[in-house]
Amino acid sequence: MHEFQVNVRAAIARARVRIKGTIQDPAWMIAEMIIPMFSIGGFILLYRALGAPASYSGFVIVGGTMIAFWTNVLWGMAAQFYWEKEVGNLEIYFVAPISRMAILLGMALGSIVTMVLRVFGIVLFGILLFNVSLNIVDPIAVAIIFTLTLASLYSLGMVFSSLYLLWGREAWKLNELLVEPIYFLSGFFFQIRGNVVVPLVLQFASSLIPMTFGLDGLRKVLILGQGLQSVLLEVSVLIAFSIALFVAAHYVLGYMENLAKKEGRLTLRWQ
Amino acid sequence: MSNSVEQQKRKVFDLKTIEVENVSRIFRISSEKEILALDDVSLHVKEGEVFGLLGPNGAGKTTLIKILATLLLPSKGRAFVAGHDVVKEPAKVRRVINLVSGGETPGYGSITTRENLWFFSQLYGLPKGESMKRIAKLSEDLALQEYLNTRTHKLSTGYRQRLNLARGLINDPKVLFLDEPTLGLDVITAKRIREIVRNRVKNGSGNSILITTHYMVEADQICDRIAIIDRGRMIALGTPAELKKMVSKQTIVSIETQPIDGGMDFMSSIAGVNGYSQTDEPSTGRIKLKVVLNEEGALQNVIHAVSARGRIFEIAKSEPTLEDVYIALVGKGFE
Repeated sequence: MHEFQVNVRAAIARARVRIKGTIQDPAWMIAEMIIPMFSIGGFILLYRALGAPASYSGFVIVGGTMIAFWTNVLWGMAAQFYWEKEVGNLEIYFVAPISRMAILLGMALGSIVTMVLRVFGIVLFGILLFNVSLNIVDPIAVAIIFTLTLASLYSLGMVFSSLYLLWGREAWKLNELLVEPIYFLSGFFFQIRGNVVVPLVLQFASSLIPMTFGLDGLRKVLILGQGLQSVLLEVSVLIAFSIALFVAAHYVLGYMENLAKKEGRLTLRWQ
Repeated sequence: MSNSVEQQKRKVFDLKTIEVENVSRIFRISSEKEILALDDVSLHVKEGEVFGLLGPNGAGKTTLIKILATLLLPSKGRAFVAGHDVVKEPAKVRRVINLVSGGETPGYGSITTRENLWFFSQLYGLPKGESMKRIAKLSEDLALQEYLNTRTHKLSTGYRQRLNLARGLINDPKVLFLDEPTLGLDVITAKRIREIVRNRVKNGSGNSILITTHYMVEADQICDRIAIIDRGRMIALGTPAELKKMVSKQTIVSIETQPIDGGMDFMSSIAGVNGYSQTDEPSTGRIKLKVVLNEEGALQNVIHAVSARGRIFEIAKSEPTLEDVYIALVGKGFE
């Protein structure tokens, strides 16, 4: 069978396993939808108390939903190699004639499906509980920005996952370090780029993160009622991020795998 | 590579499914400490052969399997599987191999046995029909049918290991690596796994199996040839009969005695003793000594030395086993 077909089958199978595993644990899904509402609700009430424009509540909803994806990229994808290693699955993947990216892609696809369900839940809660209104005039623009944001995010996750081929807990610490700073720099709950109170150096730093452009684009097309024309910059940057990170992931995964095999750490546990 | 070169390469490796040439592997533990896990090992496994790597924990057996399964790079030397270099052509090697590690329970506990097996079949690109056919056959061979629709986190250790073996066979690998496949299993499951291993290579299937074990009886029962490895070095190689022949001129004695204060280290200094091993017998509170003597006359020395330290309950001569070969070569048992 053609190598490409084998990889496609492997990716689909991995996605199916992840979806099935999630569906069989619905309590987790419900918790995932409800728990973020506390921080989202807190920010919405704060903005309302400060008299911020109504669109800010929508910004918070968008940020809150995208946090789910970022968390998933870090813990459900990048760190997944750590868990696979601990239970003995990583060895099986690496003995099989498949690309490591096919497995990661499968994890990403499986996650996206379950995460989208979660996103719908959060948006629904936002609309019902906080009376937040969406203003979508260009659904295609929404689809493009959303897809590109996820593509760049999960490609970044593939790059991070390579760290777990060599390290265990050290990479885990890096994941932990990346949670809060990215929340802050990407502007999950408030806009960073073009915000006059945010120092320029921070605005520059935020431009290095694909999520920043994804959030900006989504806010424009979901809350501010803008179309594709107004998000061309975000679309271009996200395309560039997606391609660059995907290609980088391919090389970094290969390099780290080889290094791990050389140092004997590829399947070494309890690191 | 041109066709003729490829054909020539295949021909050379036709009969040798695995070829290991002077392979060494060093693990760097710290900037000052290194461990030589494999030391200049050379061996080959023929087509249709069950080849055993026998040795105590830490001997280097798993290290060699990991190198052959493309999970680890050798520090020195070369290795080929089905004619493909494990370092330069890992993708080609992976198409014809699979690996089963004992004591592992890979897969996903939240899905069923059937779903897990289907998932693993997809890592080899099997079409659905073929995949289901193999799952049915393997579950029958391994008596897993009853548990096909059970989530695997509910399976017992023995059945998880059966699932693990089924997974290893799902792609019908030309070369199967089994790393301690019966570790910690009950007698019935271990026996079943040994039968499957034997059946896999018979009838001229051309499949080969490289198995590591520290169970001597298991190695004796299922392996066509065995390499004994100790501290990274291969110290003997041959069929079980050939290996046992190595100690045929020596005398093997089993002695049952009470526990002796200060241990059994004195045994090494008795003239004529080639090696010994001891096993605690918790049910009787006694110790069973296996002693390999260079000459029968040395038995008197042993009896004298042991009886001076504790009571002897039983002495019996025994037929040579692989354990005796190991004791004769290394001077002690696997303990």
